[in-house]
Amino acid sequence: MGAIESGHPRPSCEAERALPTIVVEVMPKAELLDPQGKAVAGALSRIGKTGFSGVRVGKRFELTVDAPIDDATRAAVEEIAGAILSNSVIEDVVGIHYPEEQA
Amino acid sequence: MRIGVVTFPGSLDDRDALRAIRLAGAEAVALWHGEHDLQGVDALVLPGGFSYGDYLRAGAIASLSPIMTEVIDAAGKGMPVLGICNGFQMLAEAHLVSGGLIRNDHGNFIRRDQSLRVENVDTPWTSGFEAGQEIVIPLKNGEGGFIASADELNRLEGEGLVAFRYQGVNPNGSLNDIAGVRNERGNVVGLMPHPEHAVEAGFGPDTNVAMRSGIDGLTFFTSVLRSTLLAA
Repeated sequence: MGAIESGHPRPSCEAERALPTIVVEVMPKAELLDPQGKAVAGALSRIGKTGFSGVRVGKRFELTVDAPIDDATRAAVEEIAGAILSNSVIEDVVGIHYPEEQA
Repeated sequence: MRIGVVTFPGSLDDRDALRAIRLAGAEAVALWHGEHDLQGVDALVLPGGFSYGDYLRAGAIASLSPIMTEVIDAAGKGMPVLGICNGFQMLAEAHLVSGGLIRNDHGNFIRRDQSLRVENVDTPWTSGFEAGQEIVIPLKNGEGGFIASADELNRLEGEGLVAFRYQGVNPNGSLNDIAGVRNERGNVVGLMPHPEHAVEAGFGPDTNVAMRSGIDGLTFFTSVLRSTLLAA
């Protein structure tokens, strides 16, 4: 599992506490062509932003849960990340980040 | 014989598929993604389009539709299933065929009358073709790049599971020029080009004989009709 995430910008800290958010990150497999990334890299080069030899574009999912996160939640998130949020033929789940435990 | 066509939210070519089935001489049955009823059909077509706006991944959300439970079950029991374009993407997402489809390598949507080589005629959808036959049917997609791991590609090639290969031009960067594949049993076939758009003279691709006279796509539907009648 990835590192614990210390929170990210939200309209309100209250909302953050009320609705814990789990972040899942998915990237196209490293060995496969990423046409989106290639197009972005081409655009950077065209506007003179040199020094970037490559761009890869992935996805970030924010799953808001309506109850405290427990082992069952974690198991469900891992299943969803591997089976639905990503397609293992073309993508890898590169990170699942849980919010810091509430005291 | 009854052939069902499943309509998903965002399907575009369901009507053309139903029409192609009627032109082939079978009874066309419109099916709905939200139900669990295949209405006793003998074969199934998952049509092209942009189900759920290609959100998540093309075909991914549709592959989780209620009716897909029955589609996957029927495919497992040997029912002929054809996935065209977005339907092929659904078959890949449901793991009914190998590989995945990603954005075209040039980044653009493409529409062209595409030449294909029929690589495998041991399926109910291709049995009316000659092995190695060249056909021309329309291709139109933004995410038609076929990919699979090197090991999986070797397996597909080694076991003869490549059903169609692009000929002349590889329009989207598909590995090994793969335009369509079949499953191990042969009853499930998926391809990116659209046979249902080349079924009636006057509305198909141009041929050497006359403009828009190409009807190579009709053979998909007459093949499954004949295969099913022979099996009955």
